[in-house]
Amino acid sequence: MEGNPHSVLEGMIIAGKAVGASVGYIYVRTEYPLAVSNLKLAVKAAEEAGFLGKKIFGSDFDFEMRIMEGAGAFVCGEETALMASIEGKRGMPMPKPPFPAERGLFGKPTVINNVETFATVPVAMLMGVDVYAAKGTEKSSGTKTFALTGHVAHTGLIEVPFSTTLREIIVDIGGGVIDDDGVNRGADFKAVQIGGPSGGCLTQEHLDMSLDYDNLLKVGAMIGSGGLVVMNQQTCMIKIARFFMQFTQNESCGKCVVCREGTRQMLELLDDIIEGRATAETIELLEELAHVVKIGSLCGLGKTAPNPVLSTLKYFREEYDAHVFDKTCPTGQCEALSRYVIVPELCKSCSLCARACPVDAISGSKGVPYVIDQEICIRCGVCMDTCKFNAIVK
Amino acid sequence: MKKAYITVDGIHVPIEGEKNLLEVIRKANIELPTFCYHSEISVYGACRMCMVDIEGRGLQPSCSTSAADGMVVKTNTKEIRNLRKMIVELMLAHHDQNCTTCPKSGECRLQEIAQQLGVSKVRFKQIHDFAPLDDSSDAIVRDPSKCVLCGDCVRVCNEIQSVGVLDFAQRGFSSTVVASFDKPFGTVECVNCGQCIKVCPVGALSPKSQIDGVWEAIHDPKKKVVVQIAPAVRVSLGEYFGYKPGAATSGQIITALRMLGFDQIYDTAFAADLTVLQEGDEFLERYLKGQNLPQFTSCCPAWVKFAEQYYPDMLPNLSTCKSPQQMFGSLCKDQLTKILDIEREDLVVVSIMPCTAKKYEAKRPEFFEGDNPDVDFVLTTKELSLMIKEQGIEFEKLEPGSYDMPFGFKTGAGVIFGNSGGVSEAVLRYAAAKLNHGKMLDVRELRGPESTRVAEISIGDVSLRLGIVSGLANARRLIDKVRSGEENFDLIEVMACCGGCINGGGQPTSSDQEHLSKRAKGLQDQDKMLQFHSSQENPYLQELMREDLTEEKAHELLHTFYQNRKRITLDDIMIRRPEQEAELSIKICLGTSCFLRGAQTLYSQLTDYITQNGLDEVTEISASFCNELCQKGPVVTINGKILEHCTFERAVQELKKVKSFAH
Ligand SMILES: Cc1cc2nc3c(=O)[nH]c(=O)nc-3n(C[C@H](O)[C@H](O)[C@H](O)COP(=O)(O)O)c2cc1C
Ligand code: SF4
Ligand code: SF4
Ligand code: SF4
Repeated sequence: MEGNPHSVLEGMIIAGKAVGASVGYIYVRTEYPLAVSNLKLAVKAAEEAGFLGKKIFGSDFDFEMRIMEGAGAFVCGEETALMASIEGKRGMPMPKPPFPAERGLFGKPTVINNVETFATVPVAMLMGVDVYAAKGTEKSSGTKTFALTGHVAHTGLIEVPFSTTLREIIVDIGGGVIDDDGVNRGADFKAVQIGGPSGGCLTQEHLDMSLDYDNLLKVGAMIGSGGLVVMNQQTCMIKIARFFMQFTQNESCGKCVVCREGTRQMLELLDDIIEGRATAETIELLEELAHVVKIGSLCGLGKTAPNPVLSTLKYFREEYDAHVFDKTCPTGQCEALSRYVIVPELCKSCSLCARACPVDAISGSKGVPYVIDQEICIRCGVCMDTCKFNAIVK
Repeated sequence: MKKAYITVDGIHVPIEGEKNLLEVIRKANIELPTFCYHSEISVYGACRMCMVDIEGRGLQPSCSTSAADGMVVKTNTKEIRNLRKMIVELMLAHHDQNCTTCPKSGECRLQEIAQQLGVSKVRFKQIHDFAPLDDSSDAIVRDPSKCVLCGDCVRVCNEIQSVGVLDFAQRGFSSTVVASFDKPFGTVECVNCGQCIKVCPVGALSPKSQIDGVWEAIHDPKKKVVVQIAPAVRVSLGEYFGYKPGAATSGQIITALRMLGFDQIYDTAFAADLTVLQEGDEFLERYLKGQNLPQFTSCCPAWVKFAEQYYPDMLPNLSTCKSPQQMFGSLCKDQLTKILDIEREDLVVVSIMPCTAKKYEAKRPEFFEGDNPDVDFVLTTKELSLMIKEQGIEFEKLEPGSYDMPFGFKTGAGVIFGNSGGVSEAVLRYAAAKLNHGKMLDVRELRGPESTRVAEISIGDVSLRLGIVSGLANARRLIDKVRSGEENFDLIEVMACCGGCINGGGQPTSSDQEHLSKRAKGLQDQDKMLQFHSSQENPYLQELMREDLTEEKAHELLHTFYQNRKRITLDDIMIRRPEQEAELSIKICLGTSCFLRGAQTLYSQLTDYITQNGLDEVTEISASFCNELCQKGPVVTINGKILEHCTFERAVQELKKVKSFAH
């Protein structure tokens, strides 16, 4: 929409012609001003060139393009909510059926597709469908755009055939996994979150799997928005699950009970795990709830919201167990579970740390190594930063 | 054609045109739990309680799925049971669970379903972050801490009543239901019909209780407390004591009221008879003169407010008659004070009504004399049942009592006011007799369960066309046809609640057609059993008209006036107010009509202009809303000066006049 809005328009005009539609809507968030202004320019140019409007190319096909700016709700990407929003109603999904193709926008049959899908139409037609379909795998033909980000050397939008493996994407295109400080030391790959905030995660065992629809479905993930967030070994998977859950619970439209209440309660349970309050029942309840939200929600947002939890539970169960039963975070990312300890052999009794501690948790005296009272410690980490002799470890 | 069947838990059930799977499953005698399904409003699909397992398709909500031939449905799998229980647990975790003090306790669907499903523990964290209770309305109390966000009230108000003052605000876990612009409930366009209360499964919406005030009056030795009972109450109060809908319990109600300590027990139907005479005469006069027709009835206060808000042009067509409740009130305060020789202040008039709008009506300033209202307290059917229960009265065992005279005497015409069509029937019985030299007319064709009915009646050589409509969205459709000239009537009866007062907002919650028909039949049976069937036959009324009610007096006591309420009486919305006192004040109307004429663009131009000219520090900008469709927009007010058809240039010219500034 920003770089080549013409391709989207062209795809939509072709689609309009194919199904006999006379009006097309592009629904785009107001928060993407560049996309909005470039789309408007492109529509104007297309109208002037006679690609849009009445009697296109002298045929009796009329097609009008309208741009609707949405007010920034994730759920308005869901088809029925999107149409409600265009109609001026609250962006809330409706039960399907009726499907948009039967009764859609303003009650009329409606074809609704992703921008990428439309932009691909002219390319595929130009290449010849057979040539286009020869790319990718048998069932997932063609190419797919991914937004590659996270702990990789090169981030950005990439377009690859569906047959490409995860390893090719991370190593060959992304330039390998990097450490938290941005340097590529050949760090170990831990996982990748695929498909946006409600996608699932893939791990080492999937590195040589090609990213097509069927394969992803098999391992409980999805292509979704095409987001690929690469994570290195220092990433805490529970925190990752919590991060995405925070997003979906904020973005739930609030219509159906399981999604509205369930995402919030999953967040509470993840907090319990991260902050050391969890018991065996917490994980059990989390798992049960995740299942209920998945099967019980009305729209795609709720149905997929538990995916990050379910897939981390599936592939990183031992990390959950460590948080819950040993009260430790294997990657040391969860502050509430980390312990700051002074290594007596390294401590020079300089008292710098004790003076820096905001809650006076550190005591000691000259000649004797200092100690941290774990009951008082609030795990702010100031002591570790102040120690000149690296005597404090986490 | 071969009949289509589905299999529900092994039982074959035919599909016979039901609109969804849920209704077909009901025929297998399985009542699926739901919070958001009501057959009379649109399917919402949000509570997820009615999900069933369809072979080959997995879990699907039965409310939004159509039944198809050969479908194999299971309603009771382990997964479904877990799902339902967990949904209830999730609801309870975000709900004020002080059931014992909740007005809905005992009738609450959440309570009932939680018990039914055996939810014995809530495993989730209790999160209580509710907006405060709103009791600003005279009729309805909203308690967000009880709301389960089923949206039933939103859809009823919008779809059945076409008022639409309720909607969702915020999203996700912060979602709430609010009144328009999140204003206090008492200040918005709500017509107080209480239909939202009837569909609310929990205690989030309830009638505003006046029980305490009534007890206070009863316990005050100085006060004489008289009570009037509306027709619809007598065929529904029994439902709170195990009677079937429609069972007439007037006798027990009277005895119970005496035991509670009321001094005189009267019947609103007496005032209804009076209404019939007044409204009938008014109608005949208008009919003969051909003026202000169609005449609209005015006995439903929710309809009256609706008309004032949305059809101010039709107000001259409303009958000027007060509702029976208010006629009764002013009559009591005028006559009884004399008969009993007491001060107006010491006579307390209580009404027992099936209706929440009557609570609002009694508070309208035109029904006050000084500080003293014509009707002091209005109790709903439910509130009366609570008082009876509080007193420990065993209602079912009571010996029937009888009304006090004179205001306890009524004809059958006064009684049938309680169901839709009843007012028209009663007025016609009277008018027919008048037009037809005393001959009565059977007008049973006015009865029926449909919400909109049209009847043509011939009386001698006069033929009348009547419209009978209940439910305000239905009324809107009918009136719009009258406005456009597509339809023509002589008399239109409007009741805000579908089916009439028997389905009022203060009635027991069940509102399915079967219940309503039984209540309506209960009233019609009473009509049959009474000695007289036409209001003019009421001997006490005849005496009253002869002795006390001169035409002038009748006009003063029994008639009222209406006001245009089209403008939304909202505070302006302050968009920007400078810290120091503003020198410039700009107000822009953003109501529909002005909006369509470019008010929004004008607004941005003006705010940009103010900023560009460094006037932000001295300028106050506000917006107002109205739905008058005045055609004079955009309307901009600058320092009190109203500019109609305002343009940017015109506004700037005015701004410059008010304050000289650079550029
Ligand atoms: C919560 C939610 C958010 C979505 N957001 C988007 C979005 O931002 N952009 C988009 O193209 N599709 C989004 N979708 C998917 C669309 O609803 C729709 O299924 C898709 O665009 C169909 O087009 P396709 O078949 O070409 O992929 C979203 C779906 C859900 C459930
Ligand atoms: S699943 Fe969530 S986002 Fe979708 S309708 Fe339900 S509450 Fe709204
Ligand atoms: S009382 Fe009637 S008008 Fe008021 S909110 Fe409820 S349904 Fe709407
Ligand atoms: S107030 Fe009652 S009817 Fe309205 S959404 Fe809340 S629970 Fe449902």
